[in-house]
Amino acid sequence: MRQCEGDKIPGWFHSSVGQEAAIVGACLALRDDDAITGTHRSHGHPIGKGADLNTLMAELMGKAGGICKGRGGSMHVADNSVGIISESGIVGGGIPLATGCAFSAKVRGVDQVTFCFFGDGAVNQGTFHESLNMASLWKLPVIYHCENNGYAMTTSVAQSHGQPDIALRAAGYGMLGVTVDGQSVGAVYEAAAEAVTRARAGEGPTLIVANTYRFDEHDFGMVIPGEPYRSVEEVEAHKRNRDPILLYRTVLLGEGINENSLRAIEYEVVEAVKQAVQFGLDSPLPRPETLPDYMFNSPLADHYGFGAGLERNDRHGN
Amino acid sequence: METDAQKLASTSGVHIQMTYFEALVQAQMEEMERDERVVLMGEELSVHGGAKLIERFGKNRIWNTPISEGSFTGLGIGAAINGLRPVVDLSVSSFVYLASDQIINQASKLRYMTGGQIDIPIVFRCCMYSLGSLAAQHADRPYPFFMNVPGLKIISPTSAADIKGLMKSAIRDGDPVMVFEDTRLWPVKGDVTTDPDHLIPIGKADVKREGEDVTLIAVAGVIRPTMEAVSALAEEGISVEVIDPRTLKPLDHEAIKTSVAKTGRLVIVENAHCVCNVGSEIAAVMVEEAFDLLKRPILRVSAPDIHVPFSPALEKDFFPTKDHIIAAVRRLL
Ligand SMILES: Cc1ncc(C[n+]2csc(CCOP(=O)(O)OP(=O)(O)O)c2C)c(N)n1
Ligand SMILES: [Mg+2]
Repeated sequence: MRQCEGDKIPGWFHSSVGQEAAIVGACLALRDDDAITGTHRSHGHPIGKGADLNTLMAELMGKAGGICKGRGGSMHVADNSVGIISESGIVGGGIPLATGCAFSAKVRGVDQVTFCFFGDGAVNQGTFHESLNMASLWKLPVIYHCENNGYAMTTSVAQSHGQPDIALRAAGYGMLGVTVDGQSVGAVYEAAAEAVTRARAGEGPTLIVANTYRFDEHDFGMVIPGEPYRSVEEVEAHKRNRDPILLYRTVLLGEGINENSLRAIEYEVVEAVKQAVQFGLDSPLPRPETLPDYMFNSPLADHYGFGAGLERNDRHGN
Repeated sequence: METDAQKLASTSGVHIQMTYFEALVQAQMEEMERDERVVLMGEELSVHGGAKLIERFGKNRIWNTPISEGSFTGLGIGAAINGLRPVVDLSVSSFVYLASDQIINQASKLRYMTGGQIDIPIVFRCCMYSLGSLAAQHADRPYPFFMNVPGLKIISPTSAADIKGLMKSAIRDGDPVMVFEDTRLWPVKGDVTTDPDHLIPIGKADVKREGEDVTLIAVAGVIRPTMEAVSALAEEGISVEVIDPRTLKPLDHEAIKTSVAKTGRLVIVENAHCVCNVGSEIAAVMVEEAFDLLKRPILRVSAPDIHVPFSPALEKDFFPTKDHIIAAVRRLL
């Protein structure tokens, strides 16, 4: 993905590299018709849920062929066709939505569950507390899944949480809270599968804290002034010893999968990404006259007189 | 035309060049030095340019908060009621919505509702990021919402000198003051007085350029394309008077009327959405109070009633540009 950054991907770019297992392990426990809400670090969630890479890449590039038609971008690549109802650029903004999504399933009497992704920083938002209380109260089929990468931008958990064990918070709402190794796709899957089973059975929500690590800077190209908030050694050690993809590779080799089949899978992925990049590059830019498209379900007739370009003000007719 | 530098010449002290952002930091530095009740709070203050302040004042005056906008804003309000003078940094102005309950239901109302028993000397900083493909959840210019709330003062300075003088007035003010900064102005340099007692009063507009033919009111970040447009028009012999309200609440109606009395033509340019924005308010006031001065209809140039798109292809003409402004001025002649 790196190759097409710079001038090809505008805006802020929050990579999920290093956090793959915490996302994929969770998504593996979900059915196709289960729902997800995500965050500003939005790329991993649709990929984990099985979205088409082409339209995701085109969205990152702000193209008309993007999954959000160039209206969302890197912080908001939500693919509803795989069950993602939103990727919120507002920290903590998706947590009530996930709760409501699960509420709807309960009211309608369907056995869909909702998986709610958020970061360690987001648990300090009021929305987190208020949502967990309602979900517990009404036994909603929702799983709150904290991608705990240890930092919110440059602020560590220790610097911002009065009580840094996030899973312990669940008890305050009468909910089960578990902590898992977020670099182990197997461990994340098991915790998620158990929570999903309970949720589907009407036994209510679970808080899962997947301890993980962000390999890149908070957002790509961000320069942090002054003292570094995490050491180069810390980052390098995680890349060396705690890369979830390398760890899972070792697990698979140990289980007797041979090196060649792994290479073949990796080759397939590289090809799929290359193809997505090409798709994005080939996709046209949204045309200016489409600016108001997607604002309303029933568009407002003759309302956009102040639309883009020099026609601005023309409705005054002088 | 009197430049900022000439205006400053009338103030005591030395003048130096600095950016808008440096002037903002300088204002906070001086006020924190002057009054130990002034404290700063917000998320990631060192990332957002507060490193110098942290170094100078240390932990008890500067508070890095958890991501809890609703409650740290309320915390600031409570502290203001009880003897501190907080500056609350809400960073991206789209996040002010999370804090708006505390700002509107508590800060703006409590003095009135307690019959004047309490004061709430607090400043809320809201930084507007418009261009840059941040998409609709990071690109709002929400000052019009807050103009509709009684009990708040709102400033939107556009030059280094103005942010310094107005920020200092805001910190010394006894009421809640919201500061809307357009981040596109942060790097712009200007002359600033080093006099720590030089204030610019809240509620006073400034004529940024004198002219005869059309009055153009430029709010916040649009001052940049406005000045380019006005220079281009001047080359064709069209003389535009540019007024920067600097304070959005209370608006300086007199300054606007004085200019319109001269030109008879009025355009208001801003980055907010077009429905119920500053331009709407100014137009209404002018129609009520100065209709006879107008030779032509009032025009507004602003963002459409559509969310800010992510794609650069759609965003490029979304906010008023130099060409939009030139076209609007021409239509009044
Ligand atoms: C309401 C709100 N406040 C602040 C921000 C700015 N911001 C963006 S990401 C971020 C850190 C979030 O940390 P965390 O929840 O741990 O997620 P991570 O970035 O580590 O994945 C902050 C403060 C925001 N986007 N929304
Ligand atoms: Mg985090």
